This record gives sequence, structure tokens and C-alpha cells, in this order.
Amino acid sequence: MRNTTQRARASLAVLLALFLSLGVAACGSNNDNSTESGGEEGGGAIVSNPANDKVTLTIGSKNFPEQEILGEIYAQALKAAGYKVKSALNLGSETVAHQAVKSGQISGYPEYASTALTSFFGIEPEEVPAGAQPAYEKAKAEFEKEGLTAFPPTPFASANAVGTLKRTAEERNLKTISDLEGQSEEMSLYGSPECRQRIDCLAGLEKYYGLKFKSFTPVDISLRYGVLEKGQADLSILFTTDPQLSAEKDKFVILEDDKHVFPAGNIIFVTKTSTAEKAGPDYEKTIVEVQNGLTLLVMQELDARVELEKQSPAKAAAAYLKEAGYTG
Amino acid sequence: MASAATLALPLAKVGEVGESFFHERTSETLPCQAHESHLFCFDWAKENIDSFGTPTLQHLELVAFSVVIGFAVAFALALLAHRRLWLQTPLLATTGVIYTVPSIAFFFLLLPVTGLGRDTVIIALSAYTLQIIYRNATTGLANVPSAAKDAARGMGMSERQILWRVELPLAVPEIVAGLRIATVSTVALATLAVFIDGGGLGAKIYGRGNLTFPTSIVIAGGLAMAIAFAFDLILLGAQRYVTPWRRTAEA
Amino acid sequence: MSATLGALVPSGSIGGAIEFIFEPQSSNVTGGKEVGGLSQVVELMLNQLELTVLALALALVVALPLGLYLGHRGVGETLAVGLGNVGRAVPELALIALMASVIGVGLLNVTIALAVLGIPPILTNAFVGIHQVDHAPVDAARGMGMTEAEILFKVEMPLAVPTLMAGVRGATIAIVATATIAPLAGVLTLGDFVINRNVYGESGLLAGGILVALLALALEFALAGIQRLLTSRGLRLSAA
Repeated sequence: MRNTTQRARASLAVLLALFLSLGVAACGSNNDNSTESGGEEGGGAIVSNPANDKVTLTIGSKNFPEQEILGEIYAQALKAAGYKVKSALNLGSETVAHQAVKSGQISGYPEYASTALTSFFGIEPEEVPAGAQPAYEKAKAEFEKEGLTAFPPTPFASANAVGTLKRTAEERNLKTISDLEGQSEEMSLYGSPECRQRIDCLAGLEKYYGLKFKSFTPVDISLRYGVLEKGQADLSILFTTDPQLSAEKDKFVILEDDKHVFPAGNIIFVTKTSTAEKAGPDYEKTIVEVQNGLTLLVMQELDARVELEKQSPAKAAAAYLKEAGYTG
Repeated sequence: MASAATLALPLAKVGEVGESFFHERTSETLPCQAHESHLFCFDWAKENIDSFGTPTLQHLELVAFSVVIGFAVAFALALLAHRRLWLQTPLLATTGVIYTVPSIAFFFLLLPVTGLGRDTVIIALSAYTLQIIYRNATTGLANVPSAAKDAARGMGMSERQILWRVELPLAVPEIVAGLRIATVSTVALATLAVFIDGGGLGAKIYGRGNLTFPTSIVIAGGLAMAIAFAFDLILLGAQRYVTPWRRTAEA
Repeated sequence: MSATLGALVPSGSIGGAIEFIFEPQSSNVTGGKEVGGLSQVVELMLNQLELTVLALALALVVALPLGLYLGHRGVGETLAVGLGNVGRAVPELALIALMASVIGVGLLNVTIALAVLGIPPILTNAFVGIHQVDHAPVDAARGMGMTEAEILFKVEMPLAVPTLMAGVRGATIAIVATATIAPLAGVLTLGDFVINRNVYGESGLLAGGILVALLALALEFALAGIQRLLTSRGLRLSAA
């Protein structure tokens, strides 16, 4: 830059940029880690119990939207009930979360009963009980051996699923996963990194369906639809509660799990038995009450808001709690 | 022990959401931000810009600490090595290694010692900054024309006075150049802090499903670059201010 | 203030990391399946090397001729140097992530993204190196009747080798570092160990860090060797 005017103008522009970002920083409120207090004005079904104030709970969750929404719902509800609440909604896979609750890092987190049974306790998919209550009881019994306990299940259940583009399914005449026999060798499968080890994922597809794929590429969970859309993946591991399946049903389909390798799991909140005792009866009561409204449709709506409309999980959770009358 | 639960009696309505809670969604009616190929969604940006506040502050914090610590240590080391020439080669070699090791690897190498979180990030980034500034400081000091030093000696200045009143001022451009490079690089590198729970703008790029959300990535990346350029220009201004004799020779 | 998951990274895991590199491991973190081991390590390391070499080659092909030409003619300083500054400010994570969602995952895409990262250092240093060559030998060469091309290749480039190679080395380190996070975009490199700590556990995490560091150092060493070969004897003798 040769003359002073140009230089001055350039410096001004950049200083403006700096102040802009500082302004964003200063005016910004912390939305990411804290839970919004939903029960400030009261008037909701959850009433704050001052005795709970002595207890601090750390609510964890795995790091994909549905889990984060659940974590936020529980965290905000418990806060409304008068507990001191912290959140750690980025735990990674189920094994990390399991470790975290066992070691006391977190107070509890929401787990799918089917995942707990197959991943933690080595139960084969066909032995996973079909109903929500039996699966819950079996999981609870197993958790008890580790000093953990589980709270009753949510109304909705979610399962892994093998999905593909509608176009692909039509071309290859795919309705069920077994239809992939003979074709899977030329198809690529994309899934989460931990899918490789899970019996309700790649490991199960290989073992129970006897399928071999051309390739398996681990990608972040958030990319599971993108890789199908861009034609990089022939098949992708999806979740049955995904909002994309209803909002974009003309694009994506899931193949029927005819051999029942992917059991559906209701959410059960896992926590240390000692934590539950110390926290008092409101701990379990609040969680069970607040998840009563989580039907499949409601969960899908919340998933849609966060995954499709990029709302923050905290905001979506707050909206649910308010709409369902739990918080004022 | 907590008293008996005081949840209100469940009314028939509690737990049920109204019809209006559900929004009909089809491929056509999805908003801008639902599409992975849309680079920037203005409406979402307007609504959610304040969610970038804390990450930006965290980012600035990481950079500020790293650069200040790195500069302080580098400067001290450079002064030390200036007199004791035997230190120069080993110091250069050590800092060279630090530079070569990619910062992200450095984060993880530090993990057993400092654990996850901000501290590890700051240590790693300080080391990186240190290397750049140290190299520039020693080069700057070495490049001081001996004529200037001789003249000063001739005028009767002590070694110490020569250092502070002749050598350092002449080495400033080189030092500040190093500071500029280090700061800009550090701002970019601090985005990787998200991988070890260090916060920063990286959380708006990698965390929470942002991987498929270009708007968030663009805003976070844009803010990072804006911060980098701002610092660069501020430092450039500082350099020009401190070395008035160079303003005529456009550097 | 650090380590919410500190309990997952026990001290003394350096031994565990070394084990991880050489022997397949399994633990309850990995879900009982075996991960790690020399063959997987070598496979991922070769992937990363391949990616680095491809991206570097692409960056050289684009940036080197341009930088040499501009430096020789003495024009386009703002572009060459400015691009260097801008390139340094680009957060590589944003570049990879943006590309993964907009363009897609895969080797070709990642290679292009990494090449983009490598272009600024090479371009800037090529320009600056050639441009700042001492005028005396260049004038002498012109006086002897050499063509412009001959001057560039026989006089300017040899003299500019240190600066040129510094640019190449800078580009290589930037590319190798970003290749570490390529698994986000579907290309499996050593970064898989560090990004997916759920799968590989804490020993994998540390092993990943060690391996990437070693890879970078090895590349730097190799490039330093190449630089020494390319530096003419005269320059070597007068080197600082």
C-alpha cells in the first residue's frame, strides 16, 4: 500500500472487523454449556424443592443431537426441581459414557436399553427382549451388578438402520437387509467409527447377515446423510428416529431388519445407585415424569428442530418442557 | 435427606404437546440451514450469532495467553543466547523440533502430563509461538550491522547499553515480523483446541453436528481470520510506530 | 479447569502407547475388538504419507512455476506475499470441514484442500527467494548473453534454494498436520487414533500423537537432506 489514505482506510476496515468480533464475543451469552433455567417463573408441573439445592448433578450424554436434546431435557428439568446441575453433553461413544458414569465423572446419562444390553453386557441381539419394560428390567438387573441403576424407559425407541437412497433401493430391488445378499460386495457402507465394533452395527451385519461389503468407511455421525446424497456411500447407517426420514422421505429409505439384528432401544437413564440415594426421590421422579411426553412423534419433532433447523439442543429442550407443561 | 417429592399432581395435560408443536416438513419447505450445500444462511446467522460469543472469547483467551507466554520466553532465551554463543545451536535445534511437530500432535503428546483442556492447548501453542519468535529474535540481533555497534562502542557505551539502545531497536522489525507470523498462525491453530476440550471457535466447526453445517463453519472460520488480520495490522502499526526511521523505506 | 475426562487418561500411558503401536490391543473401551498394532499403524501412516505427497506435488505444480515467474519478473509482489499472509490465517479445520460438507469426502477432495493449504508458503517463498537474489550475478549473467530462462534456472534458482526449500518445508509441515484431521473427511490417516478416542482408547490417543510427530520429523529430516543436496557448494560454504 503506497499512500497514507489507503493505509488508513485498510487499517480502519480491519479494526472494524476486530471490534465486530469483540462485540460478538462481549454481547454473546453463553448458550453452549449452561442449561437455561426453565422453571424461573414457576407455574409448571415441576416444583422446585429447596432441599435439592444441596445436591449437584452432572448430566452427560453422547455427542449426537438426539442424545444432546435428552441431556438438556433432563438437565433443565432437574434444575427446575431445585438441583444444582452441570452438563457434559459430549461424551463420545457408549463405552466412554459408561466409563464416565462408573468413575463418577458424571452423575448419569441416557442410554438405549438395547445398546446397553448388546454393547456392555454382551447379550446377542436375538436375546434382547422385544418389549420396552422387559428390556429395561434386564438392563437394570445387569447394571445393578456394577453398582449402577437405571430409571424406567421413555415411550419412544430408536434403532440403528441400514439406509440408502430411494433410487438405489428401487434399482437394486432392496426392501430388507437380506436383499443385500449377493449385492453387498459391490456396495460401500459408511457408518460411525465405533460401528465397526458394535454387534448392532457392522459387526452384526457381518455375523448375522453374513454380509461382506466392498468397503466400510468410518465418518462422523453427522455426515450419515451427506455421504448418501453426494453419491459416495451406497449404504449408510442411520437411526430410525432421524428427522430426515420423514422430511425427505422421497430421497431416503431404510431397509427392513428382517433378522432383528438391530433391536430398538428405549432410553433408560443410567446413574450410580449411590448417587440416586444421595439425591433423593426427586431425582428419579423428575426424570421419569419429564420423559413421559417423549413419544416417537415428539422426539422426531425435536430431532428435526436440532438436526434440520440447527436449533440449539438447549432451546429445543426448553421448548418441549414448556409446551408439555413441565416448566412455566 | 430431601423431603417427599413435591411434584404437582400430574394433570391430564402435562406431558402432552399441542398439535401446533409439530411442524410439517418436506424437502421443499426445509429452511436454508437444513441443506448441506448452502454455504451461508443469513437468517440463521442473525438468530444465532450470540452463540458465537463464548467461543470467540475462549479463542481470544487461548491466543493471548499463548502469544504472551511464548514471546516472553523466546525473548528471554534470545537475550541469553546472544551473549553465550554456545547456547545458540542447541536452542535452535530444540525449537526447530517443536516447530516441526504439528501442533495437533503436540496437544496429544502433552495429554498424560496436563490432561484435557485449556492448559494443554496454551502450553502447546506457546511452544509453537516460542520457536518462531526465538528464531526471528536471534536472526534480528545477529543482523545488526557491526558498524552501528562499533560506533556505539566508540562513543563509550557499555555492552548493556549497546544491547538495549542499539541492538534491540535495530532488531525490532525482525522481532515484530516474527510476532506477527506467530500470532496469525496461533489464531488459526487455536481452532484445533476443540479436539482436547479446549473450547474456542473450533467448537463451532467440529462439535455438535456443525460438520455438516457450512454456515457455522463459515462464521467461525471467518471470525478466526478476522481476528488474525486484526492482530496482524495492529502489530504492523506497532512496528511502524516503534521504528520511525524505517517509515520512509516502505518495508 | 481442565480435564473433565481426565480420569480416562492415566499417567504412565506412554508404555501403553508403545504397546498400542506394536501389538493389537483390546479393552473394554474398544468393545472387546482388537485395534492398533503394527499393521494398522503402518497402513494409516502410508495413507498419510500418500496424501501428503500427492497434495504437496499438486501445490508445487501450481505454485512453484507461478512464484518463480513472478519473482523473476519482479511483479505481483502483493499477490505472492499477500497470499502467504492470508494462507497462514486460514484455519485448516474449517477448510476440511467445509469441504467435507459442501463437496464431499474422499481422497481427491481432501488432496485438493490440502494442496490449497500448501500453495501460499511455496508461492511466497518462491517469489521472495528469486526476487531477492543478489543483483550482481544476475547482471553478470545477462551481460554474458544468457537468456531469461537460463538466468532463472542457472543463476537465480540455485541462489534461492534456501528460501525455496524453506517454503517447501513449511508447506509440507502444514499439509502433514492437516492430513492428521483428514479422517473427518473420510480419508483414514494416523489422525484416526486421535480423533476417535472412543474407538482406540487413551493409549491410541497418545500413540497417534507420537506417530504424527515422528512422521513430521522424518519428513523434515528428508527435506533437509534434499536441501543440502540441492545447495551448491559455494552457497554451503558461505552459509550462516
